[in-house]
Amino acid sequence: MTEQDHGNTDADLHIVGVTKRFGTFTAVDDLTLTVPQGSFFALLGASGCGKTTTLRMVAGLEEPTAGRILLGTQDVTRLRPYKRPVNTVFQSYALFPHLSIFDNIAFGLRRRGIRDHAKQVEQMLHLVELDGYGSRRPAQLSGGQQQRVALARALINQPQVLLLDEPLGALDLKLRRQMQIELKRIQTEVGITFVHVTHDQEEAMTMADTVAVMNAGRIEQLGAPTDMYEFPGTAFVANFLGQSNLLAATVTGVSGDDVLVQAYGERFSLPAARCRLTAGTAWLGVRPEKLHLAPTPDAVPTGHQAVRGEVTDSSYVGVSTQYLVRAPWGDELTVFVPNSGIAAPLAVGSEVVVHWRPEHAFLIERAPDETVAPMPEPEDAVGVGT
Amino acid sequence: MSALGHLGTGSVASATPSDQPVAGGRRRRWVPYVLLLPGILWLLLFFAIPCLELLATSLYDPSGSLETGYAMTWHFANYSDAVREYAGHFGRSIGYAALTTLITLLIGYPLAYAIALKGGRWKNLMLVGVIAPFFTSFLIRTLAWKVILSDDGPVVSTLNALHVPLPDGRLLATGPAVIAGLVYNFLPFMVLPLYASLEKLDPRLLEAAGDLYARPVSRFFRVALPLSMPGVVAGTLLTFIPAAGDYINAQLLGTTRQYMIGNVIESKFLKVGDYPGAAALSFALMAAILVLVLVYVRRAGTEEVL
Ligand SMILES: Nc1ncnc2c1ncn2[C@@H]1O[C@H](COP(=O)(O)OP(=O)(O)OP(=O)(O)O)[C@@H](O)[C@H]1O
Ligand SMILES: [Mg+2]
Repeated sequence: MTEQDHGNTDADLHIVGVTKRFGTFTAVDDLTLTVPQGSFFALLGASGCGKTTTLRMVAGLEEPTAGRILLGTQDVTRLRPYKRPVNTVFQSYALFPHLSIFDNIAFGLRRRGIRDHAKQVEQMLHLVELDGYGSRRPAQLSGGQQQRVALARALINQPQVLLLDEPLGALDLKLRRQMQIELKRIQTEVGITFVHVTHDQEEAMTMADTVAVMNAGRIEQLGAPTDMYEFPGTAFVANFLGQSNLLAATVTGVSGDDVLVQAYGERFSLPAARCRLTAGTAWLGVRPEKLHLAPTPDAVPTGHQAVRGEVTDSSYVGVSTQYLVRAPWGDELTVFVPNSGIAAPLAVGSEVVVHWRPEHAFLIERAPDETVAPMPEPEDAVGVGT
Repeated sequence: MSALGHLGTGSVASATPSDQPVAGGRRRRWVPYVLLLPGILWLLLFFAIPCLELLATSLYDPSGSLETGYAMTWHFANYSDAVREYAGHFGRSIGYAALTTLITLLIGYPLAYAIALKGGRWKNLMLVGVIAPFFTSFLIRTLAWKVILSDDGPVVSTLNALHVPLPDGRLLATGPAVIAGLVYNFLPFMVLPLYASLEKLDPRLLEAAGDLYARPVSRFFRVALPLSMPGVVAGTLLTFIPAAGDYINAQLLGTTRQYMIGNVIESKFLKVGDYPGAAALSFALMAAILVLVLVYVRRAGTEEVL
């Protein structure tokens, strides 16, 4: 939806065919994307996939091996960092240890010769809930407090584009939610373009207009958060944004508006609108919260797709209970059942039928030799919707 | 905690099991002092006692000599005489040392900066290059400068060819020659501490400064320089103090008109045999340097040093 449909009379951030190599290693691989002015763009991806490198090239701290970066119509690819209307909240904070918090925050304004900055700095300190901390040194603050100073130090400059490299990673949940709301408010009020790297899927989904999932230096998929979640484009995205049950399937035919597939000897169907392909090998995916459990095949509502199984594990996580159900072919399906108090919890070993509405499934591409779904490393996978 | 106490002291103290926790805690406090002991003894033996000795010598009656012996007469006039008579030498010593320090700082800082931040894999080689002159003796190195700066040497002939006017048409036996020698000899003392502190400078801070609209010049003065102040202070002290007391450079590259206080002390101690006068000069120099250094460290310390 954001792909280059704005022409070039704007102040959008354009990254055009950008590649960055370190020696023979390609950290960012022919990346092209457009971030519309004033939008909130979230960049998600496994550790080491090139998120920081991308931001550094936008900030001017790293020169692309190939490609161009434009702010509106201005080519900034070779522009020195101090000449770019771009500020960064660094992943490592990079606060100046010899300056007070006040001086750290005032740094950018002073370099631009803005004299009356005291009030602005105080407002920023208030915004990040650090009133009265102005005279301290960075070493005298906790990690989360330092992170907020880094945020204030960049935000105060009201740049055209603000790059945030995991800016809330060190904060506790409550403060993080609060800062998210503040950030979103500032972003909408001032109209700054935010490019936000995060590991928190919820953060990306709630704040961003557009989410991009990066994998090994490339954009795997890009779109509105709900679209990305409801209909992921690749197996990587399906498992990176939340969790998915992926069945190695083969398309057997098309019947009207439905696509028929076969997986592990069982037959399934789903609407063609939920399919990214209509022939060949595929992953049949369903989100764990879209799966339901029934005690017997008779209890499955008509029209639902169903698989028999046996509960092998159940973990209670508060709002829901997460069951692992072993399917006849040996793989385990993850099922989230809301703890609404209607159904009694199921014991491990119970025979159940897993069922779902056909339109809740999705069909995505699979290489013929792939039988195990690509899973991001456990520590990379972003928060699981519960 | 007490278990750790046992571990920490077990090898030092083999106390009876019953009183171990208490005795262990008490003995631990002694450990640092015991470790300090060799250093303290060394200082006493080779610094404090000779200093007192020198102080005593500086107050002997100046009419004595090695042959006739010296009488302790608390002759404080030794100091006023020395300072009055050699005020020029004092001034020159401080002036030359200050200029030397300034020039070594101006040469050494960019050098150390380049090695620490841009050296890459050549870092160690470049450091060896800085230290390499130390492999030959101080005297030989300074003598070499005598050749370099001589009237028909490469520097003078180049300057002549470029029609740069020289006072008296020469370099050797002038103040600039002495300062050149001092700068050359003390440069490593400036570069090494500067390197050590610039090496610790996080390049990401420089990036952050650039990101926050700091041009290279203000990036340097606002971030790099303040953060390397410990190195600047150490380097300037290590240069200034020995340079102020140096006499080899003035002797080999200058004339009596360039002599520094070190030359006077040397000649009084070794040639004239005026021990009380030499001792008084030495002490006066020490005091002067101490005062200057204290003022300097305080000023530098209250501004930017962490
Ligand atoms: N200066 C460099 N020299 C060599 N390789 C580098 C350099 N900087 C980054 N890389 C490599 O490029 C890849 C991408 O790094 P980058 O910092 O962009 O990752 P990231 O997506 O920000 O990861 P994380 O989520 O862990 O912060 C990594 O594999 C990294 O090792
Ligand atoms: Mg990163």
